Amino acid sequence: MQYQATVKIEQKPGMLDPEGTTVKRALEHLGYASESVKTAKLFEIVLEAESASAAKQQVDEMCQKLIANPIVDKYSIEIEEKK
Amino acid sequence: MKIAIIQFGGTNCDLDVLHVLKDVMGLEAETVWYKQEVLNGFDGVVIPGGFSYGDYLRAGAIAARTSIMDSVKKLAAEGKPVMGICNGFQVLTEARMLKGALTTNAYPKFRCHWANLRVETLDTPFTSRFKEGELISLPIAHMEGKFYAEEADLAELDENERVAFRYVDENGKATEEANPNGSIENIAGIVNEGRNVLGLMPHPERASEAILGSETGRKLFESMADYITENF
Repeated sequence: MQYQATVKIEQKPGMLDPEGTTVKRALEHLGYASESVKTAKLFEIVLEAESASAAKQQVDEMCQKLIANPIVDKYSIEIEEKK
Repeated sequence: MKIAIIQFGGTNCDLDVLHVLKDVMGLEAETVWYKQEVLNGFDGVVIPGGFSYGDYLRAGAIAARTSIMDSVKKLAAEGKPVMGICNGFQVLTEARMLKGALTTNAYPKFRCHWANLRVETLDTPFTSRFKEGELISLPIAHMEGKFYAEEADLAELDENERVAFRYVDENGKATEEANPNGSIENIAGIVNEGRNVLGLMPHPERASEAILGSETGRKLFESMADYITENF
């Protein structure tokens, strides 16, 4: 079965997000007020797996070994069947 | 004595380091392309600066997961010295050979200037030629140099005097103004538990000849060479 995993990498709470802060300032310059702006990275990974849970397990390993840095990042994974 | 200078795709300070070790200091040193994978016959390693793999994903993340890094780990486990400069420091944290992480500068700008530093410990193979608490100046050139470590790791680094360099002002005080990138506790360089793996953001190879305005950086390489001569 083919699945698509959507991996979202965010900074852990309390980490500085200079890119988000810069965008927030630029938005203010354009007249848009915002409480906060945070950036995140999104990865879409298409893979073969026997089940959704097997796919999730594989992608979780990928996150731990490469895609996320556990010291500064948190990540979430969503799996859907690829049609 | 033979020192390896690792080259990844995007490394760009390799020849500067080679020039200092070979031409300026007269040591035996060689650049090693990462695909070589083995490091037989080498007594020390320098991972130079640059933008390995375009800083994709996170600075140093891809290089840290190449096979040659297994050889670097093996060499470090034998007690041989490993120095990571700038991108090399990022590679060493990503490879988990050093604590913490290097993230985007607090003010997200490429900082390229001389920085004042305080030598925090002489008890490493890279700082033995300095004086206790010596104030030095070395060039920095980075955008992802904000050192961060979790509380427990930070406590461990402090407790065991594993912070090698801190950003300071001209009077040697680790102030906020003297901190070019927002590094936690003004940390510019650290060593591992065995003290034989150093990562630092400043570029000692750019301050190793009088013609370049400073010879201070050469002391790091000289300390490293002393250590190799004494131990291997």
